[in-house]
Amino acid sequence: MTKYIIRRLLQTIPVLIGVTILVFSLMHLVPGDPAQIVAGEGASEQTVENIRERLGLNESIPVQYGNFLGNAVQGDLGSSIRSGRPVMEEIASRFWVTFELAFYSTILAVFLGLIAGIVSAVRHYTLADTSIMIVALFGLSMPNFWFGLLLIQWFAIGNWMPESLEFLKMRPSGWGDSWRQIILPVVTLGTGGAAIIARMTRSSMLEVVGQDYIRTARAKGVSERLVTYRHALKNALIPVVTVVGLEFGGFLGGAVLTETIFAINGMGRLTIDAIRTRDFPVVQGTVLVISVIFVLVNLIVDISYRLLNKRIDLN
Amino acid sequence: MSVPEIILEVKNLKTSFATDSGEVRAVDGVSFKLPKGQTIGIVGESGSGKSITSLSILRLLASNGKIKEGEVLYKGQDLLKFSEDQMRKLRGNEISMIFQEPMTSLNPVYTVGQQIGEALMLHQNMSKKEAHIRSVELLKLVGIPSPDKRVKNYPFELSGGMRQRVMIAMSLACDPEILIADEPTTALDVTIQAQILELIKELQDRLGMSVVFITHDLGVVAETCDYVAVMYAGQVVEYADIRSLFHYPKLPYTIGLLKSLPRHDIEQDKLEPIKGNVPSPHDMPVGCRFSPRCPAATDLCRAKMPQLETDEKGNQVRCWIYSEEWDGESEVNIYGETRIAKSRGTETVLPD
Amino acid sequence: MEKQELLKVEGLKQYFPIKGGFLGRTVNHVKAVDDISFTVYEGETVSIVGESGCGKSTTGRAILRLEEPTEGKVEFRGVNLADISKRQMRNYRKDLQIIFQDPYASINPRQTVASVLTEAMEIQKVLPANKRRHRVEELLETVGLLPYQADRFPHEFSGGQRQRIGIARALSVNPQLIICDEAVSALDVSIQAQVLNLLEELQEEFKLTYLFISHDLGVVRHISDRIIVMYLGKIMEIGDKTSLFENPKHPYTKALLSAIPVPDPDKKKERIVLRGDVPSPIDPPSGCRFHTRCPYATAKCKVEVPVLRTASSMKEGHEAACHYIEEIESGEKQPNY
Repeated sequence: MTKYIIRRLLQTIPVLIGVTILVFSLMHLVPGDPAQIVAGEGASEQTVENIRERLGLNESIPVQYGNFLGNAVQGDLGSSIRSGRPVMEEIASRFWVTFELAFYSTILAVFLGLIAGIVSAVRHYTLADTSIMIVALFGLSMPNFWFGLLLIQWFAIGNWMPESLEFLKMRPSGWGDSWRQIILPVVTLGTGGAAIIARMTRSSMLEVVGQDYIRTARAKGVSERLVTYRHALKNALIPVVTVVGLEFGGFLGGAVLTETIFAINGMGRLTIDAIRTRDFPVVQGTVLVISVIFVLVNLIVDISYRLLNKRIDLN
Repeated sequence: MSVPEIILEVKNLKTSFATDSGEVRAVDGVSFKLPKGQTIGIVGESGSGKSITSLSILRLLASNGKIKEGEVLYKGQDLLKFSEDQMRKLRGNEISMIFQEPMTSLNPVYTVGQQIGEALMLHQNMSKKEAHIRSVELLKLVGIPSPDKRVKNYPFELSGGMRQRVMIAMSLACDPEILIADEPTTALDVTIQAQILELIKELQDRLGMSVVFITHDLGVVAETCDYVAVMYAGQVVEYADIRSLFHYPKLPYTIGLLKSLPRHDIEQDKLEPIKGNVPSPHDMPVGCRFSPRCPAATDLCRAKMPQLETDEKGNQVRCWIYSEEWDGESEVNIYGETRIAKSRGTETVLPD
Repeated sequence: MEKQELLKVEGLKQYFPIKGGFLGRTVNHVKAVDDISFTVYEGETVSIVGESGCGKSTTGRAILRLEEPTEGKVEFRGVNLADISKRQMRNYRKDLQIIFQDPYASINPRQTVASVLTEAMEIQKVLPANKRRHRVEELLETVGLLPYQADRFPHEFSGGQRQRIGIARALSVNPQLIICDEAVSALDVSIQAQVLNLLEELQEEFKLTYLFISHDLGVVRHISDRIIVMYLGKIMEIGDKTSLFENPKHPYTKALLSAIPVPDPDKKKERIVLRGDVPSPIDPPSGCRFHTRCPYATAKCKVEVPVLRTASSMKEGHEAACHYIEEIESGEKQPNY
């Protein structure tokens, strides 16, 4: 097992290097002179040259990459053009907001998804199953931004909840002191995730229920309830864990739209704003951090999958 | 000599499955008796309904399966009338079952000990600790070396033969009256099969259980069973004590099966195969289900389904040859063997 | 008449690498087939028997180079198949055909029977295109199917019929040697007998040679002229059918034969029940591979690999790889259970 973890860790190195190369290329792939873009239109020749010097753009590409990588490893991703603050600081101030959102969304998704999936599988081909699966299909197909807007329309603006205009007034310093502020975005993200988990749980349960060892358990005189929860669920959850992990990773990096709709000052919002204002160091920084997080989440998912599914260890 | 107690009797069992292409009558008239302490073999080719029969006894059918008719008498009580709760108390306790695939029949996420212990805690109210101790004993009983270590193993850590031993240990946990073994050695190599057959026999002698042995292998039947029920297309077509069945099979199908079996212990010239294929469950022949393949079939066979006829020994056969109504020759030649019809049949009038 | 050698296998080894470690290096090998030699003569049926993991199927696949053999010679009519290029090998594929256990898995379900059969002929250029259809119908009749079934799809056939299609496909290119890899194992007895009889008839009609791979000793006794018994990648015993079944010399062969249930309730025989499981072919036992389960094993068996030999009590061509053939026979060595 330790061997596997070490090997798996080593394997992430090339992936991370690939990510840094891509992120680094961002700067050079945009049409035109990055320095010119940073300086803005109408800047003097001298200003552009100064910026070029400051950004190290006069060096050869490999040297630039080397500098970039060296700095990145030390946590230095440059400074924001817009605010002048170090990118790392900008990200750090936003990260926990996003993390909180992702965390609660995942919990909601797991909770709803598992219950729906299990009910659906246990009563498969009944009305309950069909209804759950139709709802899940909606949940999957409905784009987050649309669902989020609907929620705002219903709950915040439509006066269904009198005080709920609060939802729209996020303070830029972060949030979390009020569950009310978190609830709509978490529902927006979580229900989409729940739909995926429900479908996964259902199909996984149905597959497991058809296995020989379930028949063995019944032949032992185990009650249906225990057959479902003790014998089937534990096996069925193995693939679901993978999905949950990946969803969490996705929420961390991909809550861009939801954050924008609810005006949450998280990582997604930071990225969008940076792109809009052509704040390249910030764009690079957020993309890099999100990618690294995703790779790490994947790693954790793989390892936990191994731990849960001992059979793989053999091969 | 006292009449042995009949511990299990299946009477005219019929089980159907609802499928997309209509109802499939997987079991359509199965009857047999199992005297206490003895072994009955249920033998048949694939699709004959032998496994469904065994699952029907314990009412373990898939959700689209339904027992339509018949009785399953265990110690005189009809299991088909039991509540689900009563059945649960019986399963794994008084009647237990082992399955064909030792590789997939054990739950991969629990240790061997947990799986054996489950039945003990369920039916005998043992504590976790007691169940563990008993599990080790049971593993020892089924001949697993270093059982105190193996009890903590997961199924994937064991070989196929070992897993089948674990399955047996599990089924024996509560000292069952009846063990139903559904092709327990089919997935195993012969030398391992020999070990498992030996083990089942030895345990049966020691614990006095009765065994229902489901198999397609006539060799295994000859070696392990006291009685045999031959199944074809969902029905029991011949029921006999083991010697009668192998030395003087009555049914053309049984004779054909024995004649098509290549043997390693004697030299055979040519095999006598049964022609044709097993009928599709969607398109069963009207009369005797074997009639389209039977070398002795007459118009009567093709038109009317024969019933199980019982002879003086208590053996049964589902064949018109042995009924009063037989309309063929009085001496019937079947795959090179001659059988005498019960009635004289029609006499062949030879032209001058 | 002098027997003509058709296939000569010499020192055949098939090792499969096991990857492991940090960088996926080869850490060990599964020694599926470990140095075996035998000859198949024209027109005969040679069977390879053994339990799972003995290497019998791997041998068949290595002969056809479905997997490249690690070492050794596979001479077909004097040409070493292991040596020639893949392109040249393609020309020999016509002469060496294989029939698998599950014909369904090896037939494209979207192809009709006719197109399965013509495809084989096309690749091997056996007949001009306009004569192929006629040949397809002929082949179907040969294997006991009906010509009008040529345009049906595989799923419309039963298991036994599909195996007949598999046989027809093998026959379509006029092969000399057919390797039957558990070809009748999945079939019910009544159907199995039909297919076995068919194989025998075809052998006579087309002068075919069979290499028959099976775990079923009943089937093997019925169909073979000579038999090879394998255990953990090695040949334990080889001999003509009568010698091997009536006068087995290797303790493994004896145990294997005694383990098979006989369909006769009165034939109670002494059974040799082997202890334990077959060891892993990754780290096979030293010396004689069978020594861990052999009731006669001594210290010598653990060290010294026995070679195939003919003891004085054995017929010519009957060989067994055991140090103690004579001692066991004379009763000097008693089994130690």
